[in-house]
Amino acid sequence: MNATAESYVTEDGRTIGAPVMEVKNITLKFGGVTAISNISFDIREGEIRAIIGPNGAGKSSMLNVINGFYHPQEGEIWFHGEKRKPMKPYQIAQQGIARTFQNIALFKGMSTLDNIMTGRFTHMKTNMLKQAIWKGPAEREESLNRDIVEHVIDFLEIQAIRKTPVGRLPYGLQKRVELGRALAAQPKLLLLDEPMAGMNVEEKEDMSRFILDVNDEFGTTIALIEHDMGVVMDISDRVVVLDYGKKIGDGTPDEVRNNQDVIDAYLGVAHD
Amino acid sequence: MFYRESGDFKTTYAKDTQTFPIKLDRMGYYVILAVALILVPIMLMKDVGGGANYWTNAIFLPFLIWAVASIGLNILVGYCGQLSLGSGGFMAVGAYASYKLMTWDVPFIGELNFVVVVILSGVITAGVGILFGLPSLRIKGFYLAVATLAAQFFLVWLFNKVPWFYNYSASGQISVPTRSVLGFQVTGATAAPEAKYLLCLVILIVVALVARNLTRGRIGRSWMAIRDMDIAAEIIGVAPLKTKLSAFGVSSFFIGVAGALFFAVYLGAAEVGEAFGIQKSFLLLFMVIIGGLGSIFGSIVGAAFMVLMPVLLKNIMVGHLNWATDIAAHFEFVIVGALIILFLILEPHGLAQLWRLLKDKLRLWPFPH
Repeated sequence: MNATAESYVTEDGRTIGAPVMEVKNITLKFGGVTAISNISFDIREGEIRAIIGPNGAGKSSMLNVINGFYHPQEGEIWFHGEKRKPMKPYQIAQQGIARTFQNIALFKGMSTLDNIMTGRFTHMKTNMLKQAIWKGPAEREESLNRDIVEHVIDFLEIQAIRKTPVGRLPYGLQKRVELGRALAAQPKLLLLDEPMAGMNVEEKEDMSRFILDVNDEFGTTIALIEHDMGVVMDISDRVVVLDYGKKIGDGTPDEVRNNQDVIDAYLGVAHD
Repeated sequence: MFYRESGDFKTTYAKDTQTFPIKLDRMGYYVILAVALILVPIMLMKDVGGGANYWTNAIFLPFLIWAVASIGLNILVGYCGQLSLGSGGFMAVGAYASYKLMTWDVPFIGELNFVVVVILSGVITAGVGILFGLPSLRIKGFYLAVATLAAQFFLVWLFNKVPWFYNYSASGQISVPTRSVLGFQVTGATAAPEAKYLLCLVILIVVALVARNLTRGRIGRSWMAIRDMDIAAEIIGVAPLKTKLSAFGVSSFFIGVAGALFFAVYLGAAEVGEAFGIQKSFLLLFMVIIGGLGSIFGSIVGAAFMVLMPVLLKNIMVGHLNWATDIAAHFEFVIVGALIILFLILEPHGLAQLWRLLKDKLRLWPFPH
């Protein structure tokens, strides 16, 4: 594989394009604590990019920077070839970046359907007056978006729980609904923060399949944080490894697996 | 057995999202509408049983007007999760706006139509509500409640202090001029009960429909998203301040409309501290909580409960048990208070939840297994 090429075709026949997002020399400090120091990497169009590292390495902070929750002290973020100005999280969502959370962040009082419909928020435009009248534009828009949401529901195989309040669903399904909400936004870049945390083997297999299918069918670019090495090495195209806020490895799963710094970080190194 | 969804196939997404998905529900709704819109006004007009004025002034008008206000507050508290104790103040804004608009000789037009006055009062209240909603971006929960409490006291003080609001009247009161809608007098002491009743009923129906439409679509979902988890709402593109302010605006609009009706149609004359004091804010909050947070139906039932319960208790204690009026009045407080506490313990999701449970049972009846 050639990291400098503009685009290439993977072994399983998917085309990986030019970088959609470039993170350049990001440094993030909380008071005296440096959570991320001088980290750069890119995410290419159509790839599955994993971010791994031990606890406290700065992975979630990195996603929060991309997401606009944290504003780094130094560094630049380039999205679709343009340098991004400091933005609020909802503006970044409008640019087409969706994400899921490590701890489920669903809207507990709403049904599965409503939760996923909320994901269509940025694509719905009718104003308050039209919404109040409902008949006409608002209803048409609702039906159009419902159609897209129903595709997502079909895709994730959650038809049966469509009208169930999400608070009543088991953990694995809640994770799936959260993925559905992010997918409904038809994002250009999908960030998944530990999509398989706390799942059993079967649920992990399901989730891995959904992630691969999303990438395959919709061509969605995915960046994910995950602790299960087996899953990461199997599904991702490239992996970036963080440790204590620094980047210690970047490359294909095989390259990363054989990187001495990475082995040291995970297995520890003898101090003598 | 008859109350079921099976066999009633939905072939479009629009049909799937309709307000009453079950046929029996729809029929019941039309029956209630027909009774309320046709039968009750005729009975009031013919004065069946001789109590038309009593029924209108003690039961129908307060119920209808409080239901409008209750829907308004439910949008803010129940749907958007922003606790507000300023509703009494916002109702006062609606009332004083309607008074100023009715006593204003508009150039070229003269006297404004009463419906226009009511709508404009709502718009003005929405503006004031948005202004007092601004702190909601920074403060949440109880602290926001305290901030809106400030709105309550400030607004009441303002309407007392500045004579311009009550047109420099010696008593400090505002009293409504007579106004008509479609040729029927609706304000003032000589207005017919059925005219007042119909006006308030139609406004309640419109408000309920608009509230239902807003809460089932994009805007309603963004309110509920902010209520349930504001961080997650933000990452799917919901702008927190704009969404919260829109909830404050819509909520205050309805509360302002209710305030205008409360003053112009129900009271006739009002003094701000008495008519729109802090106890009104709490009354409205009780209606919303007892009716059910996040339910339009619950708001209406909650208003009915809080308006009818005292009337019922009074009728029993004074009318049937022949107790002294003052003792009855004190007992009324005790019983209503106890009922509220009991309700919060037994069914925190309100009357609307009881209704939902009943409907779930009905669906399976008579074969629950």
